Amino acid sequence: MKPAPSIIFFTVASGAGYGLLFWLGVLKPLGLLPASTLFGATAAIIALVLITAGLCSSLLHLGRPERAWRALSQWRTSWLSREGIAAVLTFPPAVVFLIALAHGETALMLPAGLLSAVGAAVTVYCTGMIYASLKPVKEWHHPMVAPGYLLFASFSGASLLAMLAIFWGGGFFPALVAAALGMAALFFKRAYWASVDATPAASTRESATGLGFIGKVRPLESPHTESNYLLREMAFRVGRVHAAKLRIIALLLGFALPALLFCVAIIVGGAAAMAFGLLAAASAVAGLLVERWLIFAEATHTVALYYPTQR
Amino acid sequence: MTSLPSPAPGAKKLGLVIDLDTCVGCHACATNCKEWNTSGHMAPLPDQRPYSAAQEGVWFNRVHAYEAGDGDEGRTVHFPRSCLHCETPACVTVCPTGASYKRAEDGIVLVNTDMCIGCQLCAWACPYGARELDEDQGVMKKCTLCVDRIYNETIPEDRRVPACVSTCPANARHFGDLGDPNSDVSKLVAERGGYELMPEMGYQPVNRYLPPRKASSLVKTAPKEAGPLPSQITNPLLRWMDKVLSR
Repeated sequence: MKPAPSIIFFTVASGAGYGLLFWLGVLKPLGLLPASTLFGATAAIIALVLITAGLCSSLLHLGRPERAWRALSQWRTSWLSREGIAAVLTFPPAVVFLIALAHGETALMLPAGLLSAVGAAVTVYCTGMIYASLKPVKEWHHPMVAPGYLLFASFSGASLLAMLAIFWGGGFFPALVAAALGMAALFFKRAYWASVDATPAASTRESATGLGFIGKVRPLESPHTESNYLLREMAFRVGRVHAAKLRIIALLLGFALPALLFCVAIIVGGAAAMAFGLLAAASAVAGLLVERWLIFAEATHTVALYYPTQR
Repeated sequence: MTSLPSPAPGAKKLGLVIDLDTCVGCHACATNCKEWNTSGHMAPLPDQRPYSAAQEGVWFNRVHAYEAGDGDEGRTVHFPRSCLHCETPACVTVCPTGASYKRAEDGIVLVNTDMCIGCQLCAWACPYGARELDEDQGVMKKCTLCVDRIYNETIPEDRRVPACVSTCPANARHFGDLGDPNSDVSKLVAERGGYELMPEMGYQPVNRYLPPRKASSLVKTAPKEAGPLPSQITNPLLRWMDKVLSR
């Protein structure tokens, strides 16, 4: 599948924003974060900016962005529609939560924070299910895809929260959460790749053409000499050549290095911890961009079976 | 509405039956499809850079060619690919706007291009590559089963079939109600062992493909060498022997 920059930015930015909102909504009312109102307001604003920027970016992927409001209508069957509704419904409690944080309204913080956290989790789950529900793409139609989106969003959000909390001198608990989630994400992603690599595709050229009863099926002639929409969108192969190296980069940069740096930040403390925290969060985001690019670049669509193998 | 209609018992399931035994790969179906539909229900079918390098465009029907099998059993098969008007089309249920829909009355899958936002999720959801993006309008386009021909009372009744069917010079394309077991197309499918593509995906396509027939057994044995005609044998003795032995 073609890795569209607008969707990669959307899922990484919104994922991190929702993850940040989730952990802020859960940990702040529990008193596990710095008490400063400025810290809370800053974290909530960053979360909302990331979420909004990501959602705006997703509109760039549409052929008719001005009709985007129509996408809120088909929640009965469409995960994309459900994602849109969940995203819209998450905004009111998140804004109330931001106001409560800015004014130190602790009574309001708990319900608004928890509602925001629920909204964030539901939205990211819907994003994951958009991909997980697509049968023609074997790498996406997999039970670990939707949980993966949740795990990676919560990890990147926790990383941003830990970085901010370290700046405000109270980063012990969120840094511990981020480091633990980073290690969990590392093993989860490795297990996902092992599972996907070991699972043969359900469909073959033989089943796609129904000619398997004669023997092995080989493409002889394409219907067209030039490219077309289907080939550009769904037979993208450029990234596969470097996939093995990019997987290692994603694992190290995205998960291992941030986990390590957060542990170091907890140990060293002080001003040095801020530098380590910043590096850790930046590394997590960079690694997730690589991971998200691979999600598309490595995904194979059954329509490619009809065409000669692309290079 | 992107919820699928619950089919009434005995409801029509209009679709195509494509005979891979007789298809000669001439692309007439694809060409006539483009010709009709670029001014039809889902018009236009735009082309990008039509007169320069890397030209491409929207087509509802594309004709592939494959080699299947090896040796004496191996053969070349021409393979037209278009929307199969599935009974459980995920292209419809993933649509967030309700622009994609399946008609309850005849099962045709259509796009309302006035509501489509061009998110392209339907193209991702279709295993068969039946949906293409109109890059000029930013909306998805697909085969309409020539809904604007098959019910069109301004054209003679015997021509109320999809453009691809009407033009096929090899009579390899058949159109009809696959929900009626007594229809001509259903009988043809039963007789020839028509099959669906990628049944493992669970989309329950309506269209059927008729498999290439087995190569004739005559082809496998070496052709008999043709002897000379009796009139060409000048020696009378040999002509008499040929006459006796030929009995």
